[in-house]
Amino acid sequence: MRKPFARTLLVSGAIALAAFATGTVAIAAGGTEHPPARKWHFQGPFGTFDRAAAQRGFQVYQEVCAACHSLSLMAYRNLTDLGLTENQVKGLIKDISVPDLNDDGAPVDRPARPSDRFKKPFPNEAAAAAANNGKAPPDLSVIVKAREAGPDYIYGILTGYVPYDKLTPEQIKEFDVKKDDYFNKYFPGHKIAMAPPLSDDKVTYADGTKATLDQEAADVTEFLAWASEPHMEDRKRTGVRVILFLLALAGLMYAVKRTVWADKH
Amino acid sequence: MVATGALGAVGVAAVAWPFINNLNPAADTLALSTIEVNVTPIAVGQAVTVKWRGKPVFIRHRTEAEIKEAEAVPMAELPDPETDNKRVTDTAKKVRPEWLIMIGVCTHLGCVPLGNKPGDTKGEYGGWFCPCHGSSYDTSGRIRKGPAPKNLVIPDYLFTSDSLVRIG
Amino acid sequence: MASSHGTPPVFNNKVIAWVDHRLPIFSYIEKEYHTFPTPRNFNYFWNFGAIATVMLVLMIATGIVLATNYTPHVLMAFDAVERIDRDVPQGWLIRDLHMNGASFFFIAVYIHIFRGMYYGSYKAPRELLWILGVVIFLLMMATAFMGYVLPWGQMSFWGATVITNLFSAIPVVGESIVTWLWGGFAVDNPTLNRFFALHYLLPFIIVAVVALHVVALHIHGSNNPTGIDPKGPQDTVPFHPYYTMKDGFGVVCFLIVFSVFVFFAPDYMGHPDNYIPANPLVTPAHIVPEWYFLPFYAILRAIPDKLGGVLAMFGAIAVLFILPWLDTSRVRSCTFRPIYKWFMMFLVVDVIVLGICGSKPPEGFWVPLSQFATLYYFAHFLVLLPILGKIERPLPLPPSIADSVLKKKAV
Repeated sequence: MRKPFARTLLVSGAIALAAFATGTVAIAAGGTEHPPARKWHFQGPFGTFDRAAAQRGFQVYQEVCAACHSLSLMAYRNLTDLGLTENQVKGLIKDISVPDLNDDGAPVDRPARPSDRFKKPFPNEAAAAAANNGKAPPDLSVIVKAREAGPDYIYGILTGYVPYDKLTPEQIKEFDVKKDDYFNKYFPGHKIAMAPPLSDDKVTYADGTKATLDQEAADVTEFLAWASEPHMEDRKRTGVRVILFLLALAGLMYAVKRTVWADKH
Repeated sequence: MVATGALGAVGVAAVAWPFINNLNPAADTLALSTIEVNVTPIAVGQAVTVKWRGKPVFIRHRTEAEIKEAEAVPMAELPDPETDNKRVTDTAKKVRPEWLIMIGVCTHLGCVPLGNKPGDTKGEYGGWFCPCHGSSYDTSGRIRKGPAPKNLVIPDYLFTSDSLVRIG
Repeated sequence: MASSHGTPPVFNNKVIAWVDHRLPIFSYIEKEYHTFPTPRNFNYFWNFGAIATVMLVLMIATGIVLATNYTPHVLMAFDAVERIDRDVPQGWLIRDLHMNGASFFFIAVYIHIFRGMYYGSYKAPRELLWILGVVIFLLMMATAFMGYVLPWGQMSFWGATVITNLFSAIPVVGESIVTWLWGGFAVDNPTLNRFFALHYLLPFIIVAVVALHVVALHIHGSNNPTGIDPKGPQDTVPFHPYYTMKDGFGVVCFLIVFSVFVFFAPDYMGHPDNYIPANPLVTPAHIVPEWYFLPFYAILRAIPDKLGGVLAMFGAIAVLFILPWLDTSRVRSCTFRPIYKWFMMFLVVDVIVLGICGSKPPEGFWVPLSQFATLYYFAHFLVLLPILGKIERPLPLPPSIADSVLKKKAV
């Protein structure tokens, strides 16, 4: 039994690997220029969100992105997961008013509560499209999961703008770039409807961090990665426990199996 | 015996039918089956996409060159031979070569071909190009290359005036 | 308690004896899962039936819990799934298990099918057992396809559109069938709603067919790596504890790999576009089905004719139904088929190549490659298999299973 056992394991492993490989291919296909891979705090099997960066990122979202992009799956109460206290959350939203109905059924605006979803910049998608040259800015709730290369792509887009006068004549010709177009290195087709949203000192960080373009982009990406999957840390923590448990169980099962089979080998 | 069996079979079929028919489009779905579109804002060379029965409908205001190109194609070159004239005739048999109105759904597997928006690739034949499996359509929406078997479908439409078209 | 098979069991516990006298479930379990004589020489490939069963149960359990929080409506489905992920207690866990469970169920079943083909488990007298297996495979594909529609992302919508449109290739009635499937003029709310209903129903039909699959298996018992029938008690061991323990070990090992994906790469098998809500007016640049459909998708696209492509795709599965009659060899197991063994391995390579082709855009080099791979796939079943059985000279078979086990031990 010894030899075939090793061989079958090898073969089944190869098949499984091949199956995963085809899966990877499916994901990798159809891309354009890939943004460079960055090191993120939340990467790897033990990675966690950098709370301070994500809080700064929330500030960038709130002061810059929120003017056009909704974050409709997030509620203000979720911000407590980023380390804010309930009172801090209430303080943050004290000036925000959201549409509701009053007792007589008439539409009114009332102050936002922590249980409210993030207020949308436009009432609906058609309005969003109408206000943005026909293309509605995408919702950012799951944006990091909805793009190939996830956080690297988001960071790439935010920092990948090339001004018209820095473009080569070939680029201008190949992609038919006009003077008013925005050219982005990492956007499929390169011509992007969004004007460069961030620049140095676009925001003033409360914690004194220097607000460079890179810093802002990295912070808001950290925030959006958290928004895309707020339970990620819980998932990895559970995973470590489950796998340790299963490894122990597999060891014991193997010992039992050996004992049971001892007289048949 | 035979009569009983036959009658029984009729009964089974009669009972089965409501269950099968139940899955057909409902009255509220059918009610949305016609729309009216004002075509005056569409400039020559431009196209718009409107939604009809859950599908995109392409309305293209063709240029002289595009019309000429479409009319000049010999029938023998077409996988699904159809004259351009026939494809721009409304239900009242009036021919308006400048207006091409078709369902923007690739006849291969139902994707929406590119070519209706400025900046879209129009494919080798200057009409539409389906990004899913690479079918190319000409300026009359006829299939020229790729796996799609048929030309883009022309819905029933009627120009109720020079500016207003009713689809469906 | 009965100690050997053949004699009816005697239960000492009064309650068990009382129930068993009226409804012999305990005798049945005793006979089919305890004393059941099973060839003693299984390798680890024989674990995958048990693994697939565990995955089926896991899929049904997680699916029922997910259904309690899901809303099958085009305006709400996407957010309902995200709400499960975000707000429902441990909803993310149940969803990640279900989402990756589908992939791992297919991995287990694909290995199980490969094992059946490599060791000739489909040959007489197990033809119906094999056919029931192919029926399960088809039902799984239908279930998985409809399940993928439910999150109502871009790939959900466009996958549903592309696959339901396959039926429009049927002459004359095709268009009416597609309208009937959709319940409208496009994939829309009625489609989502009925797909949800069917996605919930089909797994229970799979359970029923699995039961038949097991009944058929227990008539003639399992095949084994040598492909020769057990000749007496020296060739078999009772199912319990020998194979319950071995299967248990295999299941736990499989679950470890599964857990790595569930907890550390839950979206690895998926497509990022499915986190974009479905939009009927925007086609994704490149529609790809889930990885487990890719080989069949490649066959569909390899044929330049629409009806031909659809027929080839369904034919690729249909050919499995007649596999027992295409194989003309006298021996079952590839272990003793020196030539066919390599063709069998090459078929695996071919299917993987088809899978890669299916994931690529249909252009350039990939088109002729997928056409060649499709041709080879059919040639394997329709040409190689019948001819090789006639001309190949099998290696000498061992006199018995016990003999082959003892001989290996001596080496």
